[in-house]
Amino acid sequence: MVSANTELAYNTKIEGDIVVTKADAVINWLRSSSVWPMPMGLACCAIELMGVAASRFDIARFGAEVFRFSPRQADCMIVAGTVTYKMAPHVRRIYDQMAEPKWVIAMGACASSGGMYRSYATLQGVDQIVPVDVYISGCPPRPEALLDALIKLQSKIGRERSAKTLLASA
Amino acid sequence: MTAPADVTAALQSQFPQVTPRSSGDHPAVNVPPSEVVAVLKYLRDTCAYDMLVDVTAVDWGVEASPRFTVVWHLLSTTHHGYVRVAADCASDAAPSVPSVSDLWPAANWHERETFDLLGVTFENHPDPRRILMWDGYPYHPLRKDFPLAGIEVPLPDIEVADLTGASVKPAPMMGGPFVASSGEMNLTDAEPRAKDESWTERREKPVSE
Repeated sequence: MVSANTELAYNTKIEGDIVVTKADAVINWLRSSSVWPMPMGLACCAIELMGVAASRFDIARFGAEVFRFSPRQADCMIVAGTVTYKMAPHVRRIYDQMAEPKWVIAMGACASSGGMYRSYATLQGVDQIVPVDVYISGCPPRPEALLDALIKLQSKIGRERSAKTLLASA
Repeated sequence: MTAPADVTAALQSQFPQVTPRSSGDHPAVNVPPSEVVAVLKYLRDTCAYDMLVDVTAVDWGVEASPRFTVVWHLLSTTHHGYVRVAADCASDAAPSVPSVSDLWPAANWHERETFDLLGVTFENHPDPRRILMWDGYPYHPLRKDFPLAGIEVPLPDIEVADLTGASVKPAPMMGGPFVASSGEMNLTDAEPRAKDESWTERREKPVSE
């Protein structure tokens, strides 16, 4: 039987008000399309982070323009800058205050590995205290690099088994 | 209130224990720690050195005695000249000098920093806490016997330390951006790196030049 319908997209006239899909796909689509970042601006990378949010690079194009300065309203902590040992416990406590599900982007050389600060005062990578999803190289990274990290994070969110974890916790 | 043409001579006439100090730039004097407050007050009130620019200290090395020298830099905002005052601490184990934070409020944080990083105590300081490292940190990082990489201690927050298993660890010195090598070599060897790799790396600590 040959269908006259050659459209690949969803067509309400043909299919009515029903969408058949997987729960994972819907949940992950919702989550990845509106990531609310928490700017953990600790050094010069935070300036690039501001550039990403502003009109020239415009992180709003990827649905992540709602920067929240309260961890309780954010999904994604962007650690932008040098994490000192004095600051490290506070970074962890702020991460703990974020609601699940939550993700972390280590922005720049310092947050990823301590960067050029090989010293007694600097944490050698924020992954020692919080689980990092995406690392960005650069000192500081270009705003495009942060956008790329966000897109990578979105595809990572898209691969998660969200329904399973949601139902398990319910 | 005028700045004397020869600050050293003016100070020596007032304080017999003041001696000239070799200096490549500005007038400089050595002062015994007990006279520091009187000398600095005299410089401020009589010689018009009204601005305290810097308070810091020198660690001359573990074997040296006197080991610590505290240095004050004063500026005259009316006569545009600097003067340097230095005092050798009597004790090498527990160095201390009197605080001048009641002469200049600016001294408060400078003295806290000097205490934090070099372990010089300032007597009668109104707020003798650390300023850069966290309270309870057991070392003074700018002392000569403290390795740049650091020494392992627990994180400042015990709960977070238990939760994450992280601690303050000596930083890897390999490839640290401190000394760049130049010349005909491959890019890996030409990378800027720390000369001193003795704590975490294979090479011996070089003899100081």
